[in-house]
Amino acid sequence: MTAHDAAYPGGTQPSRTSTTPDGGRFVLRTRVFDADDLRRAHTRIAHEIVERNHGATDLVLVGLYTRGPAVARRLASAIESFESVAVALGALDVAFYRDDIGLRPVQPLGPTEVPDVTGRVVVLVDDVLFTGRTARAALDALTELGRPRSVQLAVLVDRGHRQIPIRADFVGKNLPTKETEDVRVRLAEVDGGEDGIEIWGPPATEDA
Amino acid sequence: MMQHLLSIDDLSRADIEQLLELSELFVEVTQRDIPKVPALRGKTVVSLFYEDSTRTRLSFETAAKRLSADTMTFTVGSSSVRKGESLRDTVQTIEAMGVDAVVVRHSAAGAPHRIATWIDAAIVNAGDGAHEHPTQALLDLLTLRRHRGPSFDGLHVAIVGDVRRSRVARSGVKALVAMGARVTLVGPPTLLPEALETWPVEANDDLDAVLPEVDVVYLLRIQRERGAGALFPSLREYTTRYGLTAARATRLRPDALIMHPGPMNRGVEIAAEVADGPASIITQQVANGVAVRMAVLWSLLGSGGPVV
Repeated sequence: MTAHDAAYPGGTQPSRTSTTPDGGRFVLRTRVFDADDLRRAHTRIAHEIVERNHGATDLVLVGLYTRGPAVARRLASAIESFESVAVALGALDVAFYRDDIGLRPVQPLGPTEVPDVTGRVVVLVDDVLFTGRTARAALDALTELGRPRSVQLAVLVDRGHRQIPIRADFVGKNLPTKETEDVRVRLAEVDGGEDGIEIWGPPATEDA
Repeated sequence: MMQHLLSIDDLSRADIEQLLELSELFVEVTQRDIPKVPALRGKTVVSLFYEDSTRTRLSFETAAKRLSADTMTFTVGSSSVRKGESLRDTVQTIEAMGVDAVVVRHSAAGAPHRIATWIDAAIVNAGDGAHEHPTQALLDLLTLRRHRGPSFDGLHVAIVGDVRRSRVARSGVKALVAMGARVTLVGPPTLLPEALETWPVEANDDLDAVLPEVDVVYLLRIQRERGAGALFPSLREYTTRYGLTAARATRLRPDALIMHPGPMNRGVEIAAEVADGPASIITQQVANGVAVRMAVLWSLLGSGGPVV
């Protein structure tokens, strides 16, 4: 991962994010989406974004690392396929804006590359909406990069358990989860293998 | 998590690579309209400078401010050191004010290491005597990397001049060799290190023979304030044999890069037209210094969990 080979916003992924927080202890609970489901969700969100904003001309899709930039690229190519306009893309790293710096290890995840957002409609894009803290940090980061006309939030999964009053405008799937569980979105271009969304959790014996 | 940055010896090749990648991200931050992030809000960084410095001190203070840390400056000229306060008392006084990192420059080799044993704050070596200047080495690597890409394997660097008393050269050699580069020291024997055989480098006293061979020529400052003048017959003689004059620079390969840690003695180790010429990346070294120091301060104060 270097600035040199990032030919595309968020075009590369650092290796140090590939470890899972449970240290490999969690087991697969449910496979919620397969590749086709995920493709349909992208298509639907793409249509909703264009419908809500009466077109795509002023849009900037800004993905939040790690998987947001890849989701944003998919949404952009879907929009381009049915609207025939190029959609501006950006990638945003929020590490330096997080509210848990010093409380846990925090590492930047990739190069921030955001086009001019002033006066445009920014759609922040991420894979999973959970506590809302990443989205809050993203709003702060965005404020210093310009003054968008409006800011919206698109996520593939809303898994609940918000700790901050933040709501998504576009949701692929609302997924009720336990706080101890882990929602894992896999995208071929980031994670390798097949697309899908899975719920992982501690082995049943620990989770009575 | 890094606790101090005292010497390049503390860093593995992977650590250096990670710091350089982080620095690239901070280069982007420094290029924004608002070149500042809130990452180190509430942290205090003190610069404790027992030696004169313009660029290093300003660079660290700029780095701290762009991370939203508070900064304090301690320079010997205007302090209780003038009243005879010891280094240890000074440092403990500063710590009592509640600081998170101390950036130290001192004329005595090892002073930052000693300070690190006295107080809990993170210590950054900003130059200790003729020993080390690790952030200079890192910013030099970053500057090279931004020109040549992330691989240093096989890159041939000539370091020219007063290597013997140069902390820049000491840190630079360690960092370059750790990254896989090849280093040739160039200068008269009186300016090369005494235990040269223990250094992982080649040496040559003929600059004209070395220049066509190298990818980078790194000129060291003739440190007149450290008595460098006693080690060669005259500045004019030095310039004649080791100065990078415009005529001599034509021996370099067309894509070779010219570096200097500053401040330059124009007309001594480097001719003005060479310093300002297209092969010179000297001003980029200064610009990259802020990003590298942001990466170092973030790694020390921001990236980890609570210090227990």
